[in-house]
Amino acid sequence: MITLTIDGKEVSVPEGSTILEAARALNLKIPTLCYLDLEKIHYKNQVASCRVCVVEVEGRRNLAPACATPVTPGMKVTTNSKRVLLARRKNLELIISNHPFTCLTCAKSTECELQAMAWEYDVQVKYPNGERMHHKKDLSSAALYRDPDKCIMCRRCETMCNEVQTVGALTAFGRGFSTIVAPAEKNLIVDSPCVYCGQCVSVCPTGALTGHSYINHVWNALFDPTKKVVVQVAPAVRVALGEEFGYPAGEIVTGKMVSGLRKLGFDAVFDTTFGADLTIIEEGTEIIQRLTTNENLPILTSCCPGWINFIRYYYPSLEYMPSTTKSPQQMTGAIIKSYYAEKMGWDPKDIVVVSIMPCIAKKYEASLPNQESYGVRDVDYSLTTRELAKILKEGSVDLRYIEEEDFDSPLGESTGAGIIFGATGGVLEAALRSVYELVTKKTLENVDFVALRGLEGAHEAIVDLGDRKIRVAAVSGLGNARQILDKVVSGEEKFDVIEIMACPGGCINGGGQPYTKDRDVVLQKRMESLYQIDREDTLRKSHQNPEVLALYKNFLGEPGGHKAHELLHVENFDASVMSEWEHN
Amino acid sequence: MTEQKSPCCTESNPGFIELDAYIDSLKIDPIDPERKEKLIMTLHKAQSIFGYLPAEVQKFIANRFAVSHAHVSGVISFYNYFTTTPKGKTKISICMGTACYVNGANKILQDFENALGIKAGQVTPDGRFSIETLRCVGACVLAPVVLVNDHVYGKVKQGQAEKIIEEYLVEYGEKVEEQ
Repeated sequence: MITLTIDGKEVSVPEGSTILEAARALNLKIPTLCYLDLEKIHYKNQVASCRVCVVEVEGRRNLAPACATPVTPGMKVTTNSKRVLLARRKNLELIISNHPFTCLTCAKSTECELQAMAWEYDVQVKYPNGERMHHKKDLSSAALYRDPDKCIMCRRCETMCNEVQTVGALTAFGRGFSTIVAPAEKNLIVDSPCVYCGQCVSVCPTGALTGHSYINHVWNALFDPTKKVVVQVAPAVRVALGEEFGYPAGEIVTGKMVSGLRKLGFDAVFDTTFGADLTIIEEGTEIIQRLTTNENLPILTSCCPGWINFIRYYYPSLEYMPSTTKSPQQMTGAIIKSYYAEKMGWDPKDIVVVSIMPCIAKKYEASLPNQESYGVRDVDYSLTTRELAKILKEGSVDLRYIEEEDFDSPLGESTGAGIIFGATGGVLEAALRSVYELVTKKTLENVDFVALRGLEGAHEAIVDLGDRKIRVAAVSGLGNARQILDKVVSGEEKFDVIEIMACPGGCINGGGQPYTKDRDVVLQKRMESLYQIDREDTLRKSHQNPEVLALYKNFLGEPGGHKAHELLHVENFDASVMSEWEHN
Repeated sequence: MTEQKSPCCTESNPGFIELDAYIDSLKIDPIDPERKEKLIMTLHKAQSIFGYLPAEVQKFIANRFAVSHAHVSGVISFYNYFTTTPKGKTKISICMGTACYVNGANKILQDFENALGIKAGQVTPDGRFSIETLRCVGACVLAPVVLVNDHVYGKVKQGQAEKIIEEYLVEYGEKVEEQ
């Protein structure tokens, strides 16, 4: 332990700690902007580029960045001297002098860390006259929106992209004032390995990285009298949306969200969880087939479009491994435009399917050429949880003051198994609940596969299916996915089923979820709420979903059958998609 | 722009074999974080082989180092010495050092740019000429100085650019039509 003094108070911290950590142990707030530590997902950005956290260290000539300066015995630190405060303010002013003054119209307004800090530090810059950087906005993808002029060079996105996700799409290009954080060779994002996981968006302190907004498209559809507009909401949205309306993290707002959506004028409000249950039936069938033939193992889950993009780019030779089932978003869309359309007597061409997702990659997935059935798009527009909050507010809905309502029938019926898709390990757990019963013909009494739960990057378990024991794993975060895939490829490890989610912790931590300053705690709460919904559900196995069973009986036929294949499966490595990923 | 395959860099180019052997000799451990320290020397080697560092070469190196293409590209972009555009067969370098600059080097540069229709750092579409600027070549007494390949032209005057270019066109066996 090392003992030092900060603002006259003595504190002892482990060797190797920084001044910032020591100050936090004393509950002293030193402001930070570029620094970010997300312990649970092993993310740490410590580049000391913004210089907002400077402090005075006795005996040291210049000010020290608290985030990156290790403590030494007997160190005397002052965090709020005149010199420190003036320097912080000046550093902020310098950053702001090269930042657009477009806060009113910025997608990040009121959530921007730079904006908040400018207010806290009473920064008084007028519109500065000095040189400013000008880069083109990158609108090249359907999912991610880059506005490099708003970049403050904190490098948080780079750390996330390269070290946690190991995607390697972003770098600091050039030097000095003209530096830009961009893909290799300053290419557009579509010409980079970006998988659209959106984790960069979730750490960007400003509006330099955001998602593409489809709010106007959705309003246009809602106000078009010739369109039937149907919405579906992913499991992880209902445990996060409340945060945007002042509820504590993890508040379950399912009923209020449904009635809010109905007030906006959607013709039907459905649950993507129905599609999750359907996914389990199709994927479960595929799992059982592959286990029976002992071929193409391990089977990898295919619900997460960020992860599917990752395997497309980095492991194209493993194309036989992922399940061919569409994601719940796409399945729900396909069933709305076929089964439900038929039921209602609607022309599928007149239906607009809007999905509400915790995700940015879902926008990309919805836009893919092969994600359609019988010539119509499965999903027309995908909005994030954040966009949902905005569109509700714009539509005069305040969640706090509205009644709870239920999803519409039939695609509103769901089980607890579908709900837990929103957390890492959930898809695998849901699949195991069904596969176990279908293979062993026995009732699974304890449905909780607790070994697969938790925010840690990887879980594994061995499940006894009577005739054989299968080895399964659930992995979240693409860096962790890479580790396990490398072991599978080298033959070092053997698995039968692996669930992979691009975002650390799964969809509860998706790139489209509400921004949060206290992520480790918030994620835990969101996750606990999903398991609570599951626990309190009377139906907890996907193959017990009565509406899913009715769908097969009245419309689809056999799971994995011809019609199911037409509507619910997709060639993830189809040439129309792969052309974009084969630039290496 | 950078994606187009240049004849220099198809995979059958023996340059890749040489580069591959060079990287082999460095004994890169793909999980050693210190491997990145050997990246810059590898880029030097690659540029000496290919003359420049196009995307194919960058990706080749990225693969061998188990780093992202973005990382390699970022390093290249940081150092002036590295170039991602090919050099012309005739490389025109205009000295922009202090002595040359005060003697009107910027105007000489403009002359060459106008005559060839390209900017400094670019190469003519036929690949014959490229223009670049450099800092002091140690011949300040001759300022302003222009280097064409290894030949030094001193006390270059405005209007002389076209004549110098002509000399090299003649070398290509082409007479310049009198206008």
